[in-house]
Amino acid sequence: MAREAGSFLGVAVLVKQVPDSAEIKMDPQTGTLLREGVPAVMNPDDRLGLETALLLKDGLDASVTALSMGPPQALDVLSEALAMGADRGVLLSDRNFAGADTWATSYTLGRALERLGQQESLDLVVCGRQASDGDTAQIGPQVAEHLGWPQVTYVERLAVEECELRAWRRLPGLVQEVLCPLPAVVTVLASPVAPRWPLLDRLLMACRSEAPLEVWDAADIAAPAASTGLKGSLTRVVRTFSPKSGRVTSWLEGSAGEQAQALINELRNHKLI
Amino acid sequence: MAIWVVADKCTGCGLCAKACPYGAMLVEDKLARLGPRCTQCGACLGACKFEALLSDLTQEPAPDLAGYQGVWVFCEVQQGALARVSLELLGRGAVLAEQLGQTLAAVLLGHQVENLVPELAAQGAGRVYLAQDPGLADYSTLAYTRVLAELVSSHKPSVLLVGATPLGRDLAPRLSRRLDLGLTADCTELAIDPQDGSLLQTRPAFGGNVMATIVTPRARPQMATVRPGVMPLGPRREGAACEVLRQVVALEPGDLLPRLLASQARGQKPADLTAARVIVAGGRGCGGPRGFELLARLAQALGGEVGGTRVAVEEGWLPAPRQIGQTGVSVRPELYIACGISGAIQHRAGCLGARYIVAINRDRRAPIFSVADYALAGDLFKVVPALLAALPGGA
Ligand SMILES: Cc1cc2nc3c(=O)[nH]c(=O)nc-3n(C[C@H](O)[C@H](O)[C@H](O)COP(=O)(O)OP(=O)(O)OC[C@H]3O[C@@H](n4cnc5c(N)ncnc54)[C@H](O)[C@@H]3O)c2cc1C
Ligand SMILES: Cc1cc2nc3c(=O)[nH]c(=O)nc-3n(C[C@H](O)[C@H](O)[C@H](O)COP(=O)(O)OP(=O)(O)OC[C@H]3O[C@@H](n4cnc5c(N)ncnc54)[C@H](O)[C@@H]3O)c2cc1C
Repeated sequence: MAREAGSFLGVAVLVKQVPDSAEIKMDPQTGTLLREGVPAVMNPDDRLGLETALLLKDGLDASVTALSMGPPQALDVLSEALAMGADRGVLLSDRNFAGADTWATSYTLGRALERLGQQESLDLVVCGRQASDGDTAQIGPQVAEHLGWPQVTYVERLAVEECELRAWRRLPGLVQEVLCPLPAVVTVLASPVAPRWPLLDRLLMACRSEAPLEVWDAADIAAPAASTGLKGSLTRVVRTFSPKSGRVTSWLEGSAGEQAQALINELRNHKLI
Repeated sequence: MAIWVVADKCTGCGLCAKACPYGAMLVEDKLARLGPRCTQCGACLGACKFEALLSDLTQEPAPDLAGYQGVWVFCEVQQGALARVSLELLGRGAVLAEQLGQTLAAVLLGHQVENLVPELAAQGAGRVYLAQDPGLADYSTLAYTRVLAELVSSHKPSVLLVGATPLGRDLAPRLSRRLDLGLTADCTELAIDPQDGSLLQTRPAFGGNVMATIVTPRARPQMATVRPGVMPLGPRREGAACEVLRQVVALEPGDLLPRLLASQARGQKPADLTAARVIVAGGRGCGGPRGFELLARLAQALGGEVGGTRVAVEEGWLPAPRQIGQTGVSVRPELYIACGISGAIQHRAGCLGARYIVAINRDRRAPIFSVADYALAGDLFKVVPALLAALPGGA
């Protein structure tokens, strides 16, 4: 259903909790990731997405819902989203959602967005371009396909005009200005201003039991177990290893001139110059 | 429905209702019944003591993948020419196709692009799927998705490779979701599993801290986006012939959304760093603007960009958009030269995706050396000028 000009604008922002990349450590023996004790934070691109969405509330009658899929502790990023100014937070949490690839993740998020759209109108979905852990940048376009809405990727700024979205896309060496009818999905890689800080009083509000936070499970979004989590995934990770194992450090010794010459020879061998 | 209650055996004891995590099992009149909240997770099946629950959950039908043949490369057109990454993928795709005993095909979409076909043949494509339409002249997500989805559905390839350019990473996930295919992102290695012929797709994740090898067991084609610059070009076969298959295109108005209003070149932009092939980065060891002038000259001689650590930005030696690391940008150049950088984890998080890392530091124990391919222990104010002197166009 097309949006009527001047009416209420429903916005959902997808936020993911990720391990703080500063604290990521590898098990030197197995080359696997040590996740234990690693602090979790809001994915940096999603902070930009939230700021982009919250700015829309300045000029419009808009409501912003933050939506996340993750374990129960991912409620933390939703509390943070509320403290930044989001109106509502919804966590999708269920044993069956664990181990999802991007197909299953986008299916689960897509089902939840459909439910949100039934509860109140949903006109715009804002995602980060990329999550700092999985790093695929696939969720935005896949969620757009699930909903059957057009997508605008790599957005650095946007404005809602009547029933349309005007967005500026940042591509290598150029900026594109595009116009897209709503509803639509955007992925952002920047925000017009630096993301606002959470407000302390809002944070305290977000931690109270009557905070507008909800947890939905698979039954709430009518997502069959076969389509979610590891079961619903079409890709399988068969091996993870540390990329360092692939780097063998060669020491180039000698005088500065000799070191320089040795390096240039290596760069030539690899066709880098 | 994949779970049934056998009415004759059900006693209405309610054990299954207790086991259901969703409260979806309802017991009424001493009979269990699956309510609308059932997700077919199977948690109830083990709980029944009376063999009153049946299911077909475990019998996942083995998908028939045998009919899928051929390695396809989506070929991206940039300003009327083939994108380099597409040629790289044809080079790699030719090797994969040979190992599989299948043909390599190029998929070319656009308007008046037929002149590119001989080049595709020279790069190894035995077949070209050609879709031409004025509506395909400029890239549009939905139009390209429609045409590719039709091609894939009717010709059933076993592998589909797409360059991990901004265009490719906009298109591939949309297409994979439309056709319910798995998709591996931004691969740096592709190989064929000698056991079962499946495609082994290896990619970096966690900002380059982890490599993962991924397979797509249940769906075909196996789809991957591949990082530009990592696959070598194949041998050119000048004048090689290829079969051309033309696809009829019928776009709908909704396929051309969003509408492009204006496009403006932007020179000085932070995104430059993420697209740079070469980055010369500096840290506290550069000592000040003078050190960074030296790095700028090296960057220029190598056709690259200058970046640096948070310290360099805080000191005011470098504009903030050029900070590399956890709170800056993540970069994936072919060549990363770290000068006077200790290599703190927050900095490494942003540069481990580089193909080759060179470190110049006067402290042999600096952590940056442990992630470097080439380690030059020494004073950067001696080594960098020596590099400039030895480089063509450097002095
Ligand atoms: C090492 C490794 C490699 C992987 N490689 C692949 C792969 O190649 N292909 C594949 O299909 N899967 C892969 N996965 C799984 C993938 O990481 C998960 O499916 C993940 O849930 C979503 O992908 P992402 O983190 O890449 O998100 P991205 O697509 O990078 O995220 C983009 C945006 O989508 C939104 N978003 C993403 N996840 C969530 C969430 N859980 N809740 C709310 N919003 C969210 C956010 O707005 C985010 O900014 C991999 C996982 C690991 C650990
Ligand atoms: C939450 C958080 C986020 C952060 N985010 C980032 C980030 O995004 N990016 C980032 O870079 N940092 C980040 N940091 C800071 C990071 O921890 C380091 O402090 C910083 O990277 C160090 O910068 P440096 O290598 O320039 O300086 P130093 O660590 O001081 O290293 C200087 C190096 O230069 C060498 N040197 C000195 N003189 C010479 C010479 N003449 N020739 C050769 N070598 C010489 C020294 O041996 C030394 O190894 C972050 C920190 C925190 C806590």
